[in-house]
Amino acid sequence: MQSIASYAWLVPLFPFVAFAVLLAFGRGFRTSGIVVGSAGSAASLIMSLLVLAERLGTNADDYNAGFEWIAIGEFTLRMGFEVTNLTTLMLVVVSLVSFLVNIFSAGYMRDDERITVFYAYVALFVSAMLALVLADNLLTFYFFWELVGVCSFLLIGFWYAKPEAKKAAKKAFVVTRIGDAGLLIGILLLFWHMPNRSLAFTDISNLFGQPGMADSGMTTLIALLLFLGAVGKSGQFPLHVWLPDAMEGPTPISALIHAATMVAAGVFLVARTYDIFLASPAAMDTVAFIGAFTALFAATIAVAQNDIKRILAYSTVSQLGYMMIALGLGSLAGGIFHLFTHAFFKALLFLGAGSVIHAVHTQDIREMGGLGARMKLTAWTFAIGALALAGIPPLSGFWSKDAILTAALAGHPALFAVGLLTALFTAFYMARLFFLVFAGKPKTGARAHESPAVMTVPLVLLAVPAIAAGFVEMPWNGWLGEWLTGTAEETHGGSLAFVASTAVGLLGIYLGWAVYAKGSIRRDAVSSRMPWLLRALERKYYIDEAYQRVAVRPLLALGRGLQAVDDYVVEGIVRFAGWSAIAFGRAGIRLQNGQAQTYGLTAVIGLLVLAALFVGRRFW
Amino acid sequence: MLSSYLTLAAILFCIGLYGALVKRNAVVVLFSIELMLNAVNLNLIAFAKYGAAPSLTGHIFTLFTISVAAAEAAVGVAVLIALFRSRGTVNIDEFDEMRR
Repeated sequence: MQSIASYAWLVPLFPFVAFAVLLAFGRGFRTSGIVVGSAGSAASLIMSLLVLAERLGTNADDYNAGFEWIAIGEFTLRMGFEVTNLTTLMLVVVSLVSFLVNIFSAGYMRDDERITVFYAYVALFVSAMLALVLADNLLTFYFFWELVGVCSFLLIGFWYAKPEAKKAAKKAFVVTRIGDAGLLIGILLLFWHMPNRSLAFTDISNLFGQPGMADSGMTTLIALLLFLGAVGKSGQFPLHVWLPDAMEGPTPISALIHAATMVAAGVFLVARTYDIFLASPAAMDTVAFIGAFTALFAATIAVAQNDIKRILAYSTVSQLGYMMIALGLGSLAGGIFHLFTHAFFKALLFLGAGSVIHAVHTQDIREMGGLGARMKLTAWTFAIGALALAGIPPLSGFWSKDAILTAALAGHPALFAVGLLTALFTAFYMARLFFLVFAGKPKTGARAHESPAVMTVPLVLLAVPAIAAGFVEMPWNGWLGEWLTGTAEETHGGSLAFVASTAVGLLGIYLGWAVYAKGSIRRDAVSSRMPWLLRALERKYYIDEAYQRVAVRPLLALGRGLQAVDDYVVEGIVRFAGWSAIAFGRAGIRLQNGQAQTYGLTAVIGLLVLAALFVGRRFW
Repeated sequence: MLSSYLTLAAILFCIGLYGALVKRNAVVVLFSIELMLNAVNLNLIAFAKYGAAPSLTGHIFTLFTISVAAAEAAVGVAVLIALFRSRGTVNIDEFDEMRR
């Protein structure tokens, strides 16, 4: 009997078929659009679970299949898919989250008249993302990488009537393009560098796994360029600026694309080409330090934001930084583990935020408050997500964060300190968010009420893995790491990390509670003493302004200059060509006046010219 | 001798050309064309008498030209009369049918 893995190519196909159907019928159907879109991702989910079940049962070999895509001479490009434990895990995460988001959107987007278009875009995204996960070589990977980028662009700008949404979509597209350019160059270098011109992940892994490849300049360069792509996609500093702005899109999109799946693609890329990074210590350090810097940096910004989705967005950036720390420290399992748990609890938080926004029609947490009493289910599930994110045992986020902190403690004490500090900020801003939104007295939205079941059921379903997903890997049980990498990762008694991260998480929550719920610490305790700090945090460290000045305006000026060249020089030449033809024609019209005498005169002049030419030829 | 005949013929031709191109009256234009033809005839005769290989051919050709010119004048004047009848004018610049 053939293995189920050999049918894994069906997983991205289902949503693609849904996309095609939705595209074909367009606005013709509304409710059926929801059904078609959800059915596509449901089929993917079932298929992914079947693949997972097969791979859990036996110690299955990786399955790889494909076909020749392009053959040029003796060189061929393949397109294929590969089922490994890592890709299986990602398949399940992506299809599960996308299925629940599909369900949630049925409630959230109910009144939007372009809901079918929305479902079509989502289906295309899900299809591209699943295909990206399954891709067996870098080129196919890149292809779908760009496709998810396009879907992200389309969905951020889904409400294109809003100028901010349009701007945000463009910004996301342009900023990630910088990273994509790096990735493309990296792929080309790799292609040039590989002995048999193969871009398959297995070949890359085999080549760079050899000791001879270690630490050559080329290896480092390739690794850094690939990482640049990951930086763009995963919103790492300095290319993080697009992710918070991407929150202009519909909230389910923020949950699906900009929290759980697409932004994790960068982490997945690093994990997929991990052997290249392992061969270059410099690249590993870069990954770890960029990740650490981003984690802390984004967490501090999140403290001072007032938009519920932006807080979560910066939190996403920060948590992606965590994953990068783990990868940079050589803990593949830790990074992927955090990706795995983060996908669930962050999707849960975003969908919870969506439920809140749906109820009160504002995103400003200062205008919310007291929603806990009226939206019990949302509040409870949101609390679970927030606690998981804050790293409180025994929720999933704690275990994955603990795995990373343990790795950091063993690898680099500075990174451990940064990680702990970030965890403190994380717990604090989540407490602030939670207490401002759900506790206290109601401010506006007196008519706020719980969202319909179609929105709360996905919350509950996501809350389950947000609680339990962490149990696959614990300090005394390295099951996930062993399953992913084949070797049991050393888990040397991280009791220090264990205690420290719990303590820091609780401290952060206590501080948040004391400031924003109990009021025993005045809210302006810090800001009144250091107003510049608050301002800097609120303005996100002036990064956007700096980019505006350093990159955007010079580029715009250059663009305007080039446009002027195009308008006046290039177009001038074209216009002159047209104008001269017209002028020639006008002169012809004047000659062609029907007067026989004019024709005669012209003929005589022509004769004289000819004569002059013949005579003149003698003299030169 | 030859050059003086040729000069006379050239002057005649130029006067004829000028008249044909400039005069508004179609009758005068016809006269001018006759002048140019006669200038050509003068050349033919001059070359037949004083040219490099004198022969009768020039004279015979001239006779042909004169007869053709007579026919041309008859046809031209007939056309002019027809034009005058239909348009009421013989001003050549008012005839621009070729433009359309």
